[in-house]
Amino acid sequence: MKQLAGLALILGVLGILNFVLPQALNPYFMRVLMLCGISVVLAVSLNLINGFTGQFSIGHAGFMAVGAYGSAMFSLHVGAGWVRTLESAGAPEAAAQGLALLVALMVGSVLAAIAGYLVGLPSLRLRGDYLAIVTLGFGEIIRVIITNVDAVGAARGLPGIPGWANFFWVGLAVVAVVVVSRRLANSTHGRALFAIRDDEIAAEALGVDTTRYKVLAFVISSFFAGLAGGLFAHYNAYLHPNSFTFLKSIEVIAMVVLGGLGSISGSILAAILLTVLPEALRSAQELRMVIYSLMLIVLMITRPGGLLGNREISLDFLRRRRSAGRA
Amino acid sequence: MNPDVLLEVDRVTMQFGGLKAVADLQLEIGRGELVGLIGPNGAGKTTVFNFVTGVYAPTVGRVLFEGRAIQGLRPHAIAKRGVTRTFQNIRLFASRCCRDNVLIAAHHHATAGLSDALLRNRRFAEDERGMRDRADELLGVMGLTEWADTRATELPYGQQRRLEIARALAGRPRLLLLDEPAAGLNPQESEQLMRLIEDVRRRFELTILLIEHDMKVVMGICRRIAVLDYGIKIAEGTPDQIRSDPRVIEAYLGEEVTVPRAKGS
Ligand SMILES: Nc1ncnc2c1ncn2[C@@H]1O[C@H](COP(=O)(O)OP(=O)(O)OP(=O)(O)O)[C@@H](O)[C@H]1O
Ligand SMILES: [Mg+2]
Repeated sequence: MKQLAGLALILGVLGILNFVLPQALNPYFMRVLMLCGISVVLAVSLNLINGFTGQFSIGHAGFMAVGAYGSAMFSLHVGAGWVRTLESAGAPEAAAQGLALLVALMVGSVLAAIAGYLVGLPSLRLRGDYLAIVTLGFGEIIRVIITNVDAVGAARGLPGIPGWANFFWVGLAVVAVVVVSRRLANSTHGRALFAIRDDEIAAEALGVDTTRYKVLAFVISSFFAGLAGGLFAHYNAYLHPNSFTFLKSIEVIAMVVLGGLGSISGSILAAILLTVLPEALRSAQELRMVIYSLMLIVLMITRPGGLLGNREISLDFLRRRRSAGRA
Repeated sequence: MNPDVLLEVDRVTMQFGGLKAVADLQLEIGRGELVGLIGPNGAGKTTVFNFVTGVYAPTVGRVLFEGRAIQGLRPHAIAKRGVTRTFQNIRLFASRCCRDNVLIAAHHHATAGLSDALLRNRRFAEDERGMRDRADELLGVMGLTEWADTRATELPYGQQRRLEIARALAGRPRLLLLDEPAAGLNPQESEQLMRLIEDVRRRFELTILLIEHDMKVVMGICRRIAVLDYGIKIAEGTPDQIRSDPRVIEAYLGEEVTVPRAKGS
């Protein structure tokens, strides 16, 4: 009951913000806000693999691409028709589009999760470095495929995707990935992931099926990467293979590492920071990337464990900080 | 097959390249026994644990637990059958508190699934509470209650050794393998720990195979002791028989004179 009330509250708040924000913010800020949300979903989901489980994946852009192209193709060929039918039958626009978007996002996310399973199952039996190489290869294969398949626009890109994603849906995705991560972390399944990160041999010896749990982390993480991709597709209304290069994967890794491996709030903070920073530095023109890189270096030197280490920001944590400050 | 035999190591050889770490070992552990496995440095004691728990598959031979072959199974599957262990070179989950360390090892007894955890339903809450209570009980048995919320690596050394045991117990094993649990403890501590181990065995109706480097430590609590030297079982019997066995004396004499007792992994 309490949970349902919480959900209703979240939906209500997101609905209101969805209405108010576009009027209060200029379109540019609105765009940065949306991109922040998508980055948060990407970073928090990658944190499940690289942070919680201690595995090293560099293929997140690949899973994002699967979700982006999968959901976009679904909307172009199926969803758009549904919306037309529903609207001519008198359904309100937001409801028709929302329904079509939801289904498209699920299609993209599930495809990404399946890709995660197929990539994870064979490679997660192997140790550390192999996974990095396999995921890197996977990301590149996906990019090469979308660059060459005409049906998805090949190197020209894929235009005309319905722009159904708004603040409400991005906000909902952020809430979903954070809630899933937190609940996972505070359960026996999350503890199994931490055990793998801390000592894989001990975890196995004490009954944790390490392969199964690594694959599980991988599948959940890919699902949300696909979700982020789907939101990006339906917000941007246009997809291009260049959005999913291996640099994109590195960017997400930078967010997770900068936030502090394993920290959900750290990933959120760093995702926002690394999305806003390049925008804020636009006025610096050519120096932009130099300043950006320097700031990253300085941050990592001064806080080698990431912004938050593996701590979480919570009311408890803040309270303790305050009392520690007083003592 | 004799139903009173819980573990049978049936003519196992474990070869690493050219080295026979364990050669043609035959060893039977009866239900409810507390058996000591001793031997000088590098004798192959830890290797026995490693092939029994599935870290390695034996090169030759079989391992039977409760009459069923377990050699070649993955370690987590063997743990689920009821064999857990501690590590000589302490392997705690460093970033987690003591309670979490124990909870992780109770993992396969969880009844709430992933969906329950994500939905935070009643079944999850009850399961979690039950697991926590049991973890706290085990921490109590091992005298670690006050450390429950402390990170494992921040524990004093002796407590880390105890946490290893609490964690191994959390999987509700029938066979517990302890790899030099008293290593690095002073004589009083090590004697206390041995008494605790005997208590634990009775309380949880366990069978225990205890590796110890130092003969004297196990003499007090093990009624049966097997001695390895260079991977070969050179003796087996009661503490008195072992103490007076000339081959054992020779194996240990050679060592005690030339090699100071050095501990490592
Ligand atoms: N994975 C491995 N690869 C190669 N050699 C190994 C391996 N594991 C053990 N050995 C070798 O097997 C022999 C027995 O080692 P083991 O660790 O079982 O000895 P131990 O009786 O436990 O000694 P200690 O008292 O020092 O703990 C040693 O010579 C060791 O170097
Ligand atoms: Mg050893």
